[in-house]
Amino acid sequence: MTTVFKRPAALTDRQFSYCPGCSHGIVHRLIAEAIDELGIEGKAVGIAPVGCSVFAYEFFSCDMVQAAHGRAPAVATGIKRAVPGSIVFSYQGDGDLASIGMAETIHVASRGEKITVIFINNAIYGMTGGQMAPTTLPGQVTQTSPLGRDVEIAGYPIRICELLSTLDGVALAERVSVDTPRNIRTAKKAVKKAFEYQAEGLGYTIVEVVSTCPTNWGLSPVEALGWLNENLLPYYPPGVYRDVKAEGFANAAEASAARLAASSVADPTAGKDAEGGGCNG
Amino acid sequence: MYMTAQIIVNENYCKGCGLCIEVCPRGIIALNPDVITAKGYHPAKLTDESRCSACTNCALICPDVAITVER
Repeated sequence: MTTVFKRPAALTDRQFSYCPGCSHGIVHRLIAEAIDELGIEGKAVGIAPVGCSVFAYEFFSCDMVQAAHGRAPAVATGIKRAVPGSIVFSYQGDGDLASIGMAETIHVASRGEKITVIFINNAIYGMTGGQMAPTTLPGQVTQTSPLGRDVEIAGYPIRICELLSTLDGVALAERVSVDTPRNIRTAKKAVKKAFEYQAEGLGYTIVEVVSTCPTNWGLSPVEALGWLNENLLPYYPPGVYRDVKAEGFANAAEASAARLAASSVADPTAGKDAEGGGCNG
Repeated sequence: MYMTAQIIVNENYCKGCGLCIEVCPRGIIALNPDVITAKGYHPAKLTDESRCSACTNCALICPDVAITVER
């Protein structure tokens, strides 16, 4: 018999500390498989966040650093700039990335730091016991929104990939899901592509993974996959929001220059061809 | 027909979440009521080796990377 599927070498032998059915483990495996397939374990550096995945440094065989809450992209920036040949990824949840770490998230993307951010979006704070997160859906019941998220009080959820895709430093912004084997295959390709783009120095790369939190959603692991599919995916549609290579550019800088050139306001000559043009158009 | 395929569940990792049972296209995975792991879970088990096609669906969705697939 030949082995057609086994635990990747870039994962340690440690048992994951996550609840049964938690999709963190799936994403850990996808990252580890990408590291194995690209042969980059020796130069990969991961940044563990604060949240359930704070112990991620126990689970990956590559170098790991554990950052202060929300500051993983800042730590990743420092490591990448000090060791440009490394492949640096931060692994962050929605509370870490989209709440306390939003400043780092936005600025690291706008600077076009050549790092990869793996963003786990499960619409809730996991480790602290199920409080409302920036990505919690309108009407979603959490510990701190017992009547459901009221957008009049708590505002609207943030769609990170859409938001970051407007920034010029971004080379790849893709949202994937891990609710079915088919979507998991797609997610694996996205993670691998992000690492490849980083290795090629194209710019900032982010893969948002729509995930589950069975424990804090109050559902069984199987029910949680269904809830994700019916509720999270319509609000957070999977897809590629920015891919400078697919758009025909060499890197994020070139795509940024093209974006500027296409602006009729920045370039007075560009508006002459089109009737009206600019703000009037 | 598929007598040469099987899955091996590492009972040290398996937490009995049942996702593999849900995605198995042939419905030949079940939690084993006769075994309780060190963490207190009933681990997943292949119930009919003769029908496993090594599609790897169970291993793909396993959140604890507990499944090895052989063909």
